[in-house]
Amino acid sequence: MSRKLRFESLATGGASAWMVVIGGVTILTVVMMTVLSHYISPFNPTAINVGPILQPPNSRFPLGTNHLGEDMLSRVLCGGSVMLQVAILSVVICSITGVSIGLMSAYVGGFVGKISSLVMDSIYAFPGLVLAIAIAAMLGPGVINMALAIAVVYVPSYFRVVRSQVLTVKELTYVEAARALGAKSRRIITRYILPNLLPSVVVVVTLNFADAILMAAGLTFLGLGVPVSIADWGWDLTYGRQLMFVGAWWVGGFPGFMIVVTVWGFTILGEGLSELLNPRLREMV
Amino acid sequence: MTRGCLLLPFVEVTGLRKYFPVQRSFLENAVSRKHEFVRAVDDVEFTIEKGETFGLVGESGSGKTTTGRLLLRLIEPTSGKITIQEKDIVSAHPNELRDFRRQAQMIFQDPTAALSPRMTIGQAIKDALDIHQIGSSNTRKELVLQMLDRVGLVPAKLFYDKYPHQLSGGQRQRAVIGRAMILEPHLVVADEPVAMVDVSIRAQILNLLLSLKRDLGLTYVFITHDLATANYFCDRIAIMYLGKIVEVGLREEVFNSPKHPYAVALMSAIPVPDPQHKLQRTLPRGEIPSPINPPAGCRFHPRCPKAFDICSIKEPGMIKISQTHRVACHLFSVEEQKLLQPDA
Amino acid sequence: MVKPLLSIQNLSVEYASKRGQVKAVTDVSLVLDEGSTLGIVGESGSGKSTLGFAILNLIPLPGRIVAGRITFDHTDILKQNEDDMRRIRGGQISIIFQDPLTSLNPLLKIRDHFTELLRIHSPSTSKEDAISKAGQLLDNLAISPERLSDYPHQFSGGMRQRVMIGLALALNPRLVIADEPTTALDVIVEAQILELMKRLKDEYGLTVILITHNIGIVAEMADRIAVMYAGQIVEMGPTNDIFADPLHPYTKGLLESAPNILHPERSMRPIPGSPPDLITLPSGCKFHPRCSRVFEPCRIREPLPVECNRRLVACHLYD
Repeated sequence: MSRKLRFESLATGGASAWMVVIGGVTILTVVMMTVLSHYISPFNPTAINVGPILQPPNSRFPLGTNHLGEDMLSRVLCGGSVMLQVAILSVVICSITGVSIGLMSAYVGGFVGKISSLVMDSIYAFPGLVLAIAIAAMLGPGVINMALAIAVVYVPSYFRVVRSQVLTVKELTYVEAARALGAKSRRIITRYILPNLLPSVVVVVTLNFADAILMAAGLTFLGLGVPVSIADWGWDLTYGRQLMFVGAWWVGGFPGFMIVVTVWGFTILGEGLSELLNPRLREMV
Repeated sequence: MTRGCLLLPFVEVTGLRKYFPVQRSFLENAVSRKHEFVRAVDDVEFTIEKGETFGLVGESGSGKTTTGRLLLRLIEPTSGKITIQEKDIVSAHPNELRDFRRQAQMIFQDPTAALSPRMTIGQAIKDALDIHQIGSSNTRKELVLQMLDRVGLVPAKLFYDKYPHQLSGGQRQRAVIGRAMILEPHLVVADEPVAMVDVSIRAQILNLLLSLKRDLGLTYVFITHDLATANYFCDRIAIMYLGKIVEVGLREEVFNSPKHPYAVALMSAIPVPDPQHKLQRTLPRGEIPSPINPPAGCRFHPRCPKAFDICSIKEPGMIKISQTHRVACHLFSVEEQKLLQPDA
Repeated sequence: MVKPLLSIQNLSVEYASKRGQVKAVTDVSLVLDEGSTLGIVGESGSGKSTLGFAILNLIPLPGRIVAGRITFDHTDILKQNEDDMRRIRGGQISIIFQDPLTSLNPLLKIRDHFTELLRIHSPSTSKEDAISKAGQLLDNLAISPERLSDYPHQFSGGMRQRVMIGLALALNPRLVIADEPTTALDVIVEAQILELMKRLKDEYGLTVILITHNIGIVAEMADRIAVMYAGQIVEMGPTNDIFADPLHPYTKGLLESAPNILHPERSMRPIPGSPPDLITLPSGCKFHPRCSRVFEPCRIREPLPVECNRRLVACHLYD
């Protein structure tokens, strides 16, 4: 059904549909690029001195080289891999946890609901990156630890969205109607409540991705992510920051640009989906 | 088991009460123990015979909607007894309740809100069958198609896959009706089923409900604020005010000779689609008070043009006017009449 | 010959939507004499509310008035600039909305609603004068002037609607448009408001346009009725005539489908089908798919309004 929605909307020139398409294509390109990087990158991204150091973009090294003589093109192609892995992992952990707790909190209500809200609000009150840094510092480096750190920071967002939606939907007539039919709680949650949550959750997922990538870059930039032996845009930013002062803008510039593009892609996708999925229901004249 | 000539009523409600606690903040709760209640339904009693259409008529705050939901135990009563087909609904276990749900269904006021926006109406109706495991998965779709046909959503195959937002208000209500009827219930509570439907379509929907009643041998509880529609649809009518039934009787009795001053006021208030008709309105003073602190004695007394001393002190009980017609009003109590006319 | 207070000629209003242009009002013409009450009757999608808003040039985007002329007492409404329109709204023509809950500002005291209004229109009015005028108005509406210092949420639905009526009358307008003024109210409150409106109409000599789907109300309140269907007026004339002998099949169907407490046997007869989609309207006469007396020309040509039995009717049966 959603695919049909998109084509319909494209035909009528809906801006939100285009946003979804452009965002989707951008992300797909980045993902494909990262997945195929092993085959398409001209050099090993962490092989030092494949060329003279700090060479600006030229015909042999289209994106230049960094202070270790590593090829920037290869680093740009491969450097998103960790970030994307972290993002996917954290989103998966985060969404399942957040949605489940949110559902339970809203449906069960009462004391459980109040306590879980309190906990979640406390986590939410922390500035995201600071919390992620603290947790990453505690857990140590590595993809999984990064994912966990980011997941913890983002769970409250899912929780709040899901909880507020369920609280609303729970009182809606069609849930009462399902109860009147004799449906048990499990059925009501899976068939009546969850499907109506999906639009909002999907939007949070895409924004979650965008944020996770930024946070992963940030953690690596600060040295709390993966070790330097792995090619990563975050490391490029670390070097690039200092190398800016000697005029080597390409070391930080291209990877930074890639981060921006990826985050932008997810954000645009999220915005487009948000418009597409919700007003659909209010399309009545 | 024979019952001789004593027919037990299909639905019997006695002493039904529903009080909603008024929401208070954390601080208010900590400071004082006293709770306030909205007395939505306060000691309501009635019976319904099998096969009849029983109307619950009232304005906002009358408790009619809450009573309907209590009947189906969609909300828990504060106290009271509800017996449907000789089964005690209030103390039923969850399993018994599920069987009961198959036999007693509800039609909702807002057809848009009553349908999940993410389910096609075919799925929504089929879910009723899935829940009660009726038929096999093959036959269920067929049954739904037949029901769509029956409620006038034709061609059925086309409507099966439609989402609620693709339908008009009247069509959505037909879907809601189909979902309720597919379980072949015995009792249907219709809560303002045509209030949110266009005027020219209302008659269509009501006629559909009447024809389904004939086919399935249904008993209806018809909740409405629209007296004129109740006049068309119902066999017997109960008029509610602030959580109490003030008058109950056959349709002709209540409409042609209302006894309770509130009922009289209601009848005179309805606009009549006839410009030649001279309206003689006897409207009560003021507006409906809050159900949190209803007036003492008879709830209507502050607004009643005929109130006298005892009305503010003692609540009137149900007084028989005829075999079928009863009123809760001191004007008709024998003792009071004697007091009013000491020479009679 | 008295010149009419309001004259609408060939008015058309359209809304842009994703699926196409919604033709909310199509080629509507009517005249309104001073002191009379016109009831505009129709169901959802008939265009009646849109028509009411158009008179005040208050059509919200994405809607637009695409054709027509509205003349109010020598003034061409559609040619006025915003400043002049603001003076007309509330001052000459005022409107009573359906839902008093959302039409009143929850943050302003009732008194402030009035003082705001009075001082926008005549800034020289002192606050004391404004408050005293407000008090007089409310008194006339059976609300104790002490309640001026209350907020809207402290009022019941019926009282809020009285406040709305008070606001609508505060500047002594000549024309009042009431858009479903009692739909959101209980039966008895509705009756109270209708009685109030009748009294005020006489007292202030108002010209009223009453927009509603309830034909019981127009029977009681209106001298003349315009019946609308799918954005057009299908029949218009004196109330008594239309009720006694409805000409257009839709009018007839509407009257027969309404519940009638005095004659239940004559009421609740359905009109088959449902109101049309305003984007893809039927060809010819918009009502023809549901009409029991449809014949050839109905599918092909749109019927033009003709005079018949002292009224206007747009139906091929009377061409």
